[in-house]
Amino acid sequence: MTPPQRQRRFPKPEPVPQPPPREEQEPPEGQKKNPERLYVITGPDGVERVELDLVTLIVARADPPPSATPEQAALLRLCTAPLSVAELSAYLSLPFSVVTVLLTELVTAELVTVRAPIIRQALADRSLLEAVMHGLQKL
Amino acid sequence: MDFKSSDTITGPRTEDHLPQTAQAAVKIVIVGGFGVGKTTMVGSVSEIKPLTTEETMTQAGVGVDDNYGSDTKTATTVAMDFGRISITDQLVLYLFGTPGQERFWFLWNGLFEGALGAVVLIDTRRLEVSFDVMGRLEERGVPFVVAVNSFPDAPRYPVEDLRTALDLSEDIPIIECDARRRASSRDTLMTLMRFLHSLAMTGALRR
Ligand SMILES: Nc1nc2c(ncn2[C@@H]2O[C@H](COP(=O)(O)OP(=O)(O)O)[C@@H](O)[C@H]2O)c(=O)[nH]1
Ligand SMILES: [Mg+2]
Repeated sequence: MTPPQRQRRFPKPEPVPQPPPREEQEPPEGQKKNPERLYVITGPDGVERVELDLVTLIVARADPPPSATPEQAALLRLCTAPLSVAELSAYLSLPFSVVTVLLTELVTAELVTVRAPIIRQALADRSLLEAVMHGLQKL
Repeated sequence: MDFKSSDTITGPRTEDHLPQTAQAAVKIVIVGGFGVGKTTMVGSVSEIKPLTTEETMTQAGVGVDDNYGSDTKTATTVAMDFGRISITDQLVLYLFGTPGQERFWFLWNGLFEGALGAVVLIDTRRLEVSFDVMGRLEERGVPFVVAVNSFPDAPRYPVEDLRTALDLSEDIPIIECDARRRASSRDTLMTLMRFLHSLAMTGALRR
């Protein structure tokens, strides 16, 4: 029996990157992470959002203030220890983009800090890959 | 959107809390057709019970990405399972099981590109369901390995026949795995990591 045949594809030319409108500051560079430097982008729905990844780690800086909405208070209580945006979305049963809107409010109000993920780079960080391999080996 | 009142929200168990020292996370995407074993693989290696995140997507654009000027928008809610592995006190790995035939995932800029790499799970009874996803990964320059899930009644092809059928170059690992077994799933992830490492050594990560 012969398996069906696929045809390989090749990288498409990089789309011209559209720099998102930014609020006064430069985006984070490379693998450096600076929680205070975040893009704020306006989505197709006109809603402003801080640029967050599914695996950006969120940590509450403070207890929910009396002015917090129930959603904000719930979110703040969840991330007393670092928690990814994906986990927040799962525990709150809210879509990712809704969570990013909530988090934008909390970042602006300085109620949470944000720890940016390490994303794949053109020049891979070998020591990072080695750390991950080492961690997997222990499983 | 329904918001559960906060007293019905169950957060992570205390033993599932990440340490305060957790500084950054990385992600790997496990992709494949329906029923191929993504959730099983995430669950077999995850230190937390797999969770589900969802996103409402439109044909025109996705979540955080702007895509103006289209009036033919169809909203779809897509869900993916994910799990977590603590690598060190500072570093966390997340695994996302993404349904490959949902092209909506590929509209989510950064989901695949931001990942270290991908595992494409294939079922030899339905090889062709993974063709499109491999093509999309290639187009975006996302490195991947292929894991063949060994279902009992699935046809077994020699690896070289599979390589030819999938039109994969020699360097791309093709391995067998049993997603139900933690050791096998871990080895699959290790194969991906070694492949990424070899690409880094040759400076070819951005192909
Ligand atoms: N024999 C065998 N069965 C598997 C394997 N992985 C998953 N399954 C079974 O296949 C079914 C579908 O798996 P699931 O993880 O839900 O697939 P998903 O749709 O890709 O998330 C489940 O009943 C699993 O127990 C495998 O490696 N070998
Ligand atoms: Mg599943």
